[in-house]
Amino acid sequence: MASNTHASGPKVGLMTRLMNNRNLMGLLFMIPAGSILLVFLTYPLGLGVWLGMTDAKVGRPGEFIGLENFVWLMDDSVFLLSVFNTFLYTVVASIIKFGLGLWLAIVLNNNIPFKAFIRAIVLLPFIVPTVLSALAFWWLYDSQDSVISWVLIEMGFIDETIDFLGDPNNARASVIAANIWRGIPFVAITLLAGLQTIPKSLYEAATIDGATEWQRFTKITLPLLTPIIAVVMTFSVLFTFTDFQLIWVMTRGGPINATHLMATLSYQRGIVGGSLGEGAAIAVAMVPFLLAAILFSYFGLQNRKWQRGGQDD
Amino acid sequence: MKKFTRRQTLKTFAGAAAAATVPPSLLSAAKSFAQDSPWKPESGASIRMLRWKRFVASEGDATQAMLDAFSEATGVPIRLDSEGFEDLRPKAAVAASIGSGPDIIWTIHADPHLYPDAMLDMTDVADYLGGKYGGWYPMAEFYSMRDGKWISLPYTFSGNFINYRVAACKEAGFDQFPDNTDDFLTLMQELKKAGNPGGFALGNASGDGNSWAHWVAWSHGGKMIDENDNLVLNSPETVAALEYVSKLGPTFAPGVASWLDGHNNKAFLQGSCSVTNNGISIYAAAQREGLDEVANDMDHAYWPIGPAGEPTELHVQFPMTVYNHTQYPNACKALLAWLMEAQQYNAFLEASVGYLSHPLKAYDDNPVWTEDPKRAVFKDTTLRTRPFSYSGSLGYAAASVFADFIVVNMVAEAALGAKTPEEAAADAHKRAERYYKI
Repeated sequence: MASNTHASGPKVGLMTRLMNNRNLMGLLFMIPAGSILLVFLTYPLGLGVWLGMTDAKVGRPGEFIGLENFVWLMDDSVFLLSVFNTFLYTVVASIIKFGLGLWLAIVLNNNIPFKAFIRAIVLLPFIVPTVLSALAFWWLYDSQDSVISWVLIEMGFIDETIDFLGDPNNARASVIAANIWRGIPFVAITLLAGLQTIPKSLYEAATIDGATEWQRFTKITLPLLTPIIAVVMTFSVLFTFTDFQLIWVMTRGGPINATHLMATLSYQRGIVGGSLGEGAAIAVAMVPFLLAAILFSYFGLQNRKWQRGGQDD
Repeated sequence: MKKFTRRQTLKTFAGAAAAATVPPSLLSAAKSFAQDSPWKPESGASIRMLRWKRFVASEGDATQAMLDAFSEATGVPIRLDSEGFEDLRPKAAVAASIGSGPDIIWTIHADPHLYPDAMLDMTDVADYLGGKYGGWYPMAEFYSMRDGKWISLPYTFSGNFINYRVAACKEAGFDQFPDNTDDFLTLMQELKKAGNPGGFALGNASGDGNSWAHWVAWSHGGKMIDENDNLVLNSPETVAALEYVSKLGPTFAPGVASWLDGHNNKAFLQGSCSVTNNGISIYAAAQREGLDEVANDMDHAYWPIGPAGEPTELHVQFPMTVYNHTQYPNACKALLAWLMEAQQYNAFLEASVGYLSHPLKAYDDNPVWTEDPKRAVFKDTTLRTRPFSYSGSLGYAAASVFADFIVVNMVAEAALGAKTPEEAAADAHKRAERYYKI
């Protein structure tokens, strides 16, 4: 009997033991998700980094040239200008998007007539395909037929049409305005969702304690909204930093590269110009900035224990 | 796949169905071509072809009809796809790299020179057509030949010339459009004074911007590279050209700094721009949309000639490329020869109404160039163009410099006064060093 058990033990037990091994099963269950990450995220990213260190052309594999692409870029006035443009674009657009988005969210959180309908309308700029809205702005900013110029002239504020996309600083302001218009709904609707998770009782208690509206905003709304703000702004910064379509349709990076972003320059050189290696290098050069933005919001704005009713350490 | 299905159906009902889709004269021409052609399609051959999205519907329809006729006569099914240039060019390069994909790609610029080893030798077809149709224009040969072989067929060129309002120029004192750069500057200044300015794109306009910026740089003897591909952009000639540009820039219509390829068309059609550079599309649009005032008062002219003493124009080539990886080289050669035979190519030119011009001298006689005198200059597109790599060779460096708008930006900087001519030339030279490594 004993030997019987002993003999059949390993036979049945091997599979059973393996099936019961939590580590092994955990690993097995992770394989599908892991391989998706590997194939669709890690591999392309790694390939991009590798391409950035080669002199590959579209349709021709390159040779490894180390950091030469990056060294050249450091000395390339157009690339440096595009870095400056990208920062200006991201910082200005993100701050304004946050401010207006939060304001809009708070307004929408109140009881206003046709609430659902207005909320749906707010989403419109986000729903319209970017290229279409870029084309609309292209017309608004036209050097001769701009509606904005026309209205201002008719009202007697200005004498000649505004050169929206022809003057470098006007062009920067114009594309930033277009990006803000497009980005606000995302910020507003997400923050609105956050606002609705804040219990009404907190406001009631604060009101009873005699808190002013401003105090309720700074002491209740803002702190409780911080985790959502962190997520929203991370995404918002990422989207803005990597923006491509608006610029490509409206200015192609002009005038004289005043609105070239790193993403558009990367495309112009990598795909249109065929210098795949250099285009990849420009794209890779965006990664540290993006990582910094993510880390900032992760550590700077992460969930605090007290927000969940606990004590801070 | 639809096309194959339709094709098979057509084969089944051969006679009746063919007559319904392909004009009988075209079909009989295709049949006699199939009989006499030096290239006999392989049995079971089929062709996949990729082209750019057509500019004019009539050209697209005419080309499709010729493909259909060829299919009917030879039994070779053809699948034709089209893409915008920004998708087409990378696809063409990748097809060359991996050795698979369409058999024929109708592409742009000198792209076959980026992957010459992937191209089928087309010398026999080129010799056949050249011998039969009065020879190729030298620039057509230059664009297609590499190491003594034809790596593509220079199927057609798209002209980019001066578009001007006749009455406005007369008022400014020019009964004829000026043929030299000095008079041209005077004209532009007079037009500006009269409140009727001309304008040339200073934004990153790949077509119109490149055409005019290269013209002006070359007109004074400036150029990117010499015959041995040495970078020579920062030269007294380039600076002279940019000094000329700095006088020309202030005469332009407001907003040129933001102009992309479409802006000058719109401004010209609206009457807010009296001189610009373009293909024939402004004129065609004026006719199509019944803007008789513009259509009747406008004309086209050659680019003025500068101190360089010869035409310094830049027009765009659209070559037909056959890939080495095709299983049916003879079918592809037969097809391209068929497309360029007189009956078809003349129909193609007529359907293109001046947008596209011919590389073979015999087609100078096509009625499209004479039936409307305003199209006349476009006849000489291939004769007058320089390669964008002037005066060096075609290849990666030239293509990259061209795509990166280095010359366009340099000219724009001088035109807008953002940099002095010397600075603009020196900075552009430095940017180009990246590609012509020193």
